[in-house]
Amino acid sequence: MRRWVARAARHPLLWPLITLVLLCVFNAFFSPGFLHLEVRGDHLYGSIVDIFNRAAPLMLIALGMTLVIATRGIDISVGAVVAISAAIAAVLIGGTLVIKDGVPEYVARIPMPLALLAALGAALACGMWNGMLVARIGMQPIIATLILMVAGRGIAQLITNGQIITIYYQPFFFIGNGFLFGIPFSLYVVAAVLAALLVATRRTALGVFIAAVGINPTASRFAGLNARAIMFWMYAFCGLCAGIAGLIICSNVKSADGNNAGLLLELDAILAVTLGGTSLGGGRFSIVGSIIGALIIQTLTYTIYSIGVPPEVNLVVKSIVVFLVMLLQSPTFRAKVFRAGAPAKS
Amino acid sequence: MTQTAPDARPMLELAGIDKSFTGVHALKGVDFRLLPGEVHALMGQNGAGKSTLIKVMTGVHPPDRGQILLDGAPIHPASPLDAQRLGISTVYQEVNLCPNLSVAENIFIGRYPMKGPAIDWKTMRAQAAQILAGLNIHADVGLQLASCSVAMQQMVAIARATSVSCKILILDEPTSSLDEDEVRMLFAVIRGLRDKGLAILFVTHFLDQTYEIADRITVLRNGERVGEYPVAELPKLALVTKMIGREIRETSFRRNRAEAAEVPKEPFLEARGIGRQGSVHPMDLDIRRGEVLGLGGLLGSGRTETARLLFGIDRVDRGSMRIAGEEAAIASPRDAVQRGIGFCPEDRKVEGVVSELSVRENIVLALQSKRGLFRVLPRRRQEAIAAEYIQALGIKVADMEKPVSELSGGNQQKVLLARWLATDPQMLILDEPTRGIDVGAKLEIMEQMLALCRKGMAILFTSSELEEIVNCSDRIAILRDRRKIDEVPAASTDEQAILHVIAGGQAQ
Repeated sequence: MRRWVARAARHPLLWPLITLVLLCVFNAFFSPGFLHLEVRGDHLYGSIVDIFNRAAPLMLIALGMTLVIATRGIDISVGAVVAISAAIAAVLIGGTLVIKDGVPEYVARIPMPLALLAALGAALACGMWNGMLVARIGMQPIIATLILMVAGRGIAQLITNGQIITIYYQPFFFIGNGFLFGIPFSLYVVAAVLAALLVATRRTALGVFIAAVGINPTASRFAGLNARAIMFWMYAFCGLCAGIAGLIICSNVKSADGNNAGLLLELDAILAVTLGGTSLGGGRFSIVGSIIGALIIQTLTYTIYSIGVPPEVNLVVKSIVVFLVMLLQSPTFRAKVFRAGAPAKS
Repeated sequence: MTQTAPDARPMLELAGIDKSFTGVHALKGVDFRLLPGEVHALMGQNGAGKSTLIKVMTGVHPPDRGQILLDGAPIHPASPLDAQRLGISTVYQEVNLCPNLSVAENIFIGRYPMKGPAIDWKTMRAQAAQILAGLNIHADVGLQLASCSVAMQQMVAIARATSVSCKILILDEPTSSLDEDEVRMLFAVIRGLRDKGLAILFVTHFLDQTYEIADRITVLRNGERVGEYPVAELPKLALVTKMIGREIRETSFRRNRAEAAEVPKEPFLEARGIGRQGSVHPMDLDIRRGEVLGLGGLLGSGRTETARLLFGIDRVDRGSMRIAGEEAAIASPRDAVQRGIGFCPEDRKVEGVVSELSVRENIVLALQSKRGLFRVLPRRRQEAIAAEYIQALGIKVADMEKPVSELSGGNQQKVLLARWLATDPQMLILDEPTRGIDVGAKLEIMEQMLALCRKGMAILFTSSELEEIVNCSDRIAILRDRRKIDEVPAASTDEQAILHVIAGGQAQ
């Protein structure tokens, strides 16, 4: 029993989980009905469902970001990729309501599956571009992805012709707003990607290869790993994740705004990864930790709104909380506080 | 040599130092004395407690028990900075400076001379030049440190250490990456400092250097002090015996050539005219199964470059290669691994171990990468493989899940060897496999290497110690100026003959 406790205390997910639970306890006290769940119609409703649902895009991007960061990289273009993916989906689907033989029917400009594939394909291509710059050409990851971060918004604007494009095509709305077996559809998407990643990193050698490349790319290469290919595909995957997130966001707001879709999402994603216990220095990573990190951020946002922090200071409050959480999670800081609290040795 | 009376008052005295880390009793009641005006060598195998003892002196680890006396007064250094303030400066194996700053800045870093609110660059340069001149070094102090040789960087580190009020200078493996001229230069500096009355503690694996520079020797073994001896009273063989705690025959690492009998040896790798622009000139090499091919040559003669070409780290841009009789192009380490070649690189830390991964993960890494992403080795198999090699190579580690970085240098080297042996290689390239590790581990590694060779593995062996090459190889390819100049059978040659070839003569 005691050994079990000791092991749990050292588990890397302990502190992220504690943070999340603390936030929830705080909410349960200060906003009545936080824990309330009810089935209305055949949908599950409640604040917690809401938080999960709204965190879906961030969770997806954090998943991709985790792998990139584990290879000692970073991808700050994910927000722009969200905008590109959303813009392509919106322009290709468009959508009108036509009355055919007295039956109203939604018509997309091109078949929706094709449009979705095109958007995801573009996002994947964006990721591969980043991967090429970093893994092949050897650019610094932050600079390489900065290029697409800046250019991507422009590309999205070009695609939408500088307009905010509104979509009129009911089936598309299901991705971001629909429910399946009472639970938001977007969560199934997250679950699928998460499950795929867990299988890929634990049932294949990918996990240890990524960590090895992140810790020591040279030694990994000398051990026969194709370090460049691993890095390349991690960026590609991260782009794809951002593309999926773009579809969810676009579907959710039923429009695509090249300028604002996914704005600053890259920073939240990096934060989520860090909160989840993955070091920005690369190496060991925690996929589940990043999911928890994303939930912490979304819960925090929810809390700030629900306890009525004035909008003009809510970013400050958020940053203070993030600061405190980071301190709490830092082993060095905890050791210091702990030592200061212990009686001094004679 | 300054003769210090043995009962002179020690500058630094450690009494009954005890230190344990989780599960490891690193120092057991160690006494140590360092006298002013002496060079004192601290000797011992890897894991004997040398580093821990130094870390206790310099405030990195507080001792669990025991006393540290500086000039007769007890001190409790709490950090390296604290120790430095007390007058104990350390120059580490890996030079701890800022490569992007100038020589002068590195000497004065953190305590720049100021003129009002601004740094007084002129004074700084003048003083830096003066400090270096005090060590008999005349160099441009405005040069960026990265553009200086490793030896120069070491001098800068020493200049930095001695320019603060310093009574005790600790040099931790200062010569491991220097060539002979540079070592001579360093020793001149050390002697100068000793004659000024500094107490100098010198840690090295090189026996010859110890005898060249040290006045007294303290030997540690398994965390205990074996004894303290004036150099003149401790012959080399006695020192080695004390370090490893058992008798060794001086000839034990000269291989038994009768064993390496005239079995016809089929070639494994045949290289014809391989080379690379700006790296090595075209050369022919044959590496045969069951044979050690030594690459001999001075520093910078192209030994490492040749090894890198054969392993595909640098791409061959001329010539051709046949492996096991088949035409083969090796464009990356991955190709080489797939063809059954393994490579223990010269720089263990940067190119070898993956520090934060566990010993187990490091051992199975190459095998897993050879099998690819999907044919995963089950955890049980991984553990079995790791356990097998930990035992076979005598790797000292309590728990194979420990990060490999917690191991001593010799044990890390063995982990690398294990990594390749686990892939069941046809050929191993060993680039300075014994660098920076102690005599005992060195012997073990060489013995293991020869045992593998007897089983039919081909080995390419390079070392900066010619003696080692002559003793271990069957044939020796001699390199000079990135060109293969000769190839001789090892049995009929010796160090002198090879040096003679390198110097431009013919093999006798």
